[in-house]
Amino acid sequence: MPTPKSLLDKIWDLHSVRELPDGQTQLFIGLHLIHEVTSPQAFSMLDETGLPVRFPERTFATVDHIMPTDSQLRPLSDRLAEQMVVALERSCRQHGITLFDPTSGLQGIVHVIGPELGLTQPGMTIACGDSHTSTHGALGAIAFGIGSSQVRDLLATQCLAVARPKVRRIEVTGELARGVYAKDVILTIIRRLGVKGGVGYAYEYGGKVIERMSVEERLTLCNMSIEGGARVGYVNPDAATFDYLRGREFAPRGEAFDRAVEWWRGVSSDPHASYDDRVELRGSEIDPTVTWGINPGQSCGVTESIPSPLQYPEKERASVAEALAFMELRPGEPIAGTPIDVAFIGSCTNGRISDLREAARVAKTGRVKPGVRTLVVPGSQAVARQAEAEGLDEIFREAGFDWREPGCSMCLAMNPDKLVGREISASSSNRNFKGRQGSPRGRTLLMSPAMVAAAAIHGCVVDVREIL
Amino acid sequence: MAERKIERVAGRGCVLRGNDIDTDRIIPARYLRSITFDGLGEHAFEDDRAQAKGNHALDDDRFAGASILIVGENFGCGSSREHAPQALMRFGFDAFIGASFAEIFAGNCTALGLPCVTLEPADLAALMDSVELDPGQQVVIDLEARTVASRAGRMTAGIRSGTRRQLLEGTWNATAVLLGAGDAIECTAERLPYLHGFRSSQGG
Repeated sequence: MPTPKSLLDKIWDLHSVRELPDGQTQLFIGLHLIHEVTSPQAFSMLDETGLPVRFPERTFATVDHIMPTDSQLRPLSDRLAEQMVVALERSCRQHGITLFDPTSGLQGIVHVIGPELGLTQPGMTIACGDSHTSTHGALGAIAFGIGSSQVRDLLATQCLAVARPKVRRIEVTGELARGVYAKDVILTIIRRLGVKGGVGYAYEYGGKVIERMSVEERLTLCNMSIEGGARVGYVNPDAATFDYLRGREFAPRGEAFDRAVEWWRGVSSDPHASYDDRVELRGSEIDPTVTWGINPGQSCGVTESIPSPLQYPEKERASVAEALAFMELRPGEPIAGTPIDVAFIGSCTNGRISDLREAARVAKTGRVKPGVRTLVVPGSQAVARQAEAEGLDEIFREAGFDWREPGCSMCLAMNPDKLVGREISASSSNRNFKGRQGSPRGRTLLMSPAMVAAAAIHGCVVDVREIL
Repeated sequence: MAERKIERVAGRGCVLRGNDIDTDRIIPARYLRSITFDGLGEHAFEDDRAQAKGNHALDDDRFAGASILIVGENFGCGSSREHAPQALMRFGFDAFIGASFAEIFAGNCTALGLPCVTLEPADLAALMDSVELDPGQQVVIDLEARTVASRAGRMTAGIRSGTRRQLLEGTWNATAVLLGAGDAIECTAERLPYLHGFRSSQGG
């Protein structure tokens, strides 16, 4: 009998062009996604070499990071943003690459549209000049972020020189309570394993909780693997994955779909595959989770209090103290009740239709507290259309939320959506780094979209379980 | 397209204490609003430096002209932006010594020919103390010998063997290396069922 293998090993071996003399693998990449921020420099470098794009039909582009969310009309009022979009359009035209721009009706955040269009499929290798490329692992792909020089390598050769990661199996057993979401699961995993615990690893998520998750929830989970240091995160494909893909624009059709399912089943980790490490968490022990610090590992359950540096090992105390000073949060005080200025629902982590549905359920229970600025930003044009067809936009508007156009928005502040001064946000995004949301002194509390909606209504962090 | 062989980096050190320093802090996102990497050097750590009011390592006169940045754990975590090592390179750093580095950051550094080497905690602490006490001293990263030498002594440096070899052999710009596979690239593509409509002959 052949040795049982993990999904990572199967996909890795299948896509390995050769072992390089330096010990790395030359890995063929089945899908290359590009956007306006990290690809222009790569195209310039490519043009200097005079090389063509090797597999333009396996390269797809969209615009997301710099897109304003008030109006997508061209030319964009922001001159630099317009210049970046124009540069991407020019490169795509020159090299025969499909670009999903706002006129396509298919534009959106790159990690939202890949799965949504059925471009992302089980068994693929996927790379993109964006760290949240780990998202695509939710469908059983090996997907990871790269820098611009590697984007150049990939454009020129459809390959990357990479080292095979170790695999850590993270098993989440049991069930989640009502009001506890994939976001809370991944924040809890990162809290437990640390923001660098995953360096050198791919995270394989499994167990009852993960098996019961929808594909969209798995996308949230895998998205934040990188926040735990793991460049790759994935879930073995199953019936939920295949149902999700059926009928999507770039998914196989008819008999080819059946043959695809057959092949996709085979890429899952074998039952007795060996792992380099195993970790187990109980789903029932996970609470709605909120970050109190300046990295995504600094979080606590919504019923907990803000920790004191003294609760940490000595070598971590300075970091905790630095985080609390920046956040202006006091040890010992409950995280619930922390006042907020801004509520942001959206991003590649939580900007999908199921996220908006959950947030809308909460929005129905009240009105945004006066003084709280809100942004509800669908992850793509398709998500926006679906939400509008379901009347979610009306629910948000009636509750006083600002319903906006698709884009990365306030996740990273490359567009006009930014925190101002010392503002503190409740945010469904993925990073609470200092300055991440556009104001050098701005502060971020990460949480699930339902928790953000609840915070918007109450003007402070609240336990969404008391509302649902 | 073979590049410069990087066998050693020697220069003065700059000690930047703290763990989990992310790439948003190294270069704030507003400076990514450009289609080139030009001019990033002057904005390295801009917000941290403003908040430190002159007390940031990059503004410390003792470290002026340093070419080796000495950092803590998980340096460069977060965003994959190559703008981060580009900014530090353009500021004047040729190499990094730390407790550990985030993976994408380290990969980006290699692609630019900037070695990231790690030291054991006690060695790193000794090196940081030594460079702070005597910032004028020469710090030498020897990739061939896998050592970091300074007045704190000669220490064993950690670096992934593949990365070390790329730097030593001048193959850190991977495009040429990858092109060397020739048709093997297309042969690999040929065996991937998803690139061929899951045609029935490939069903197995």
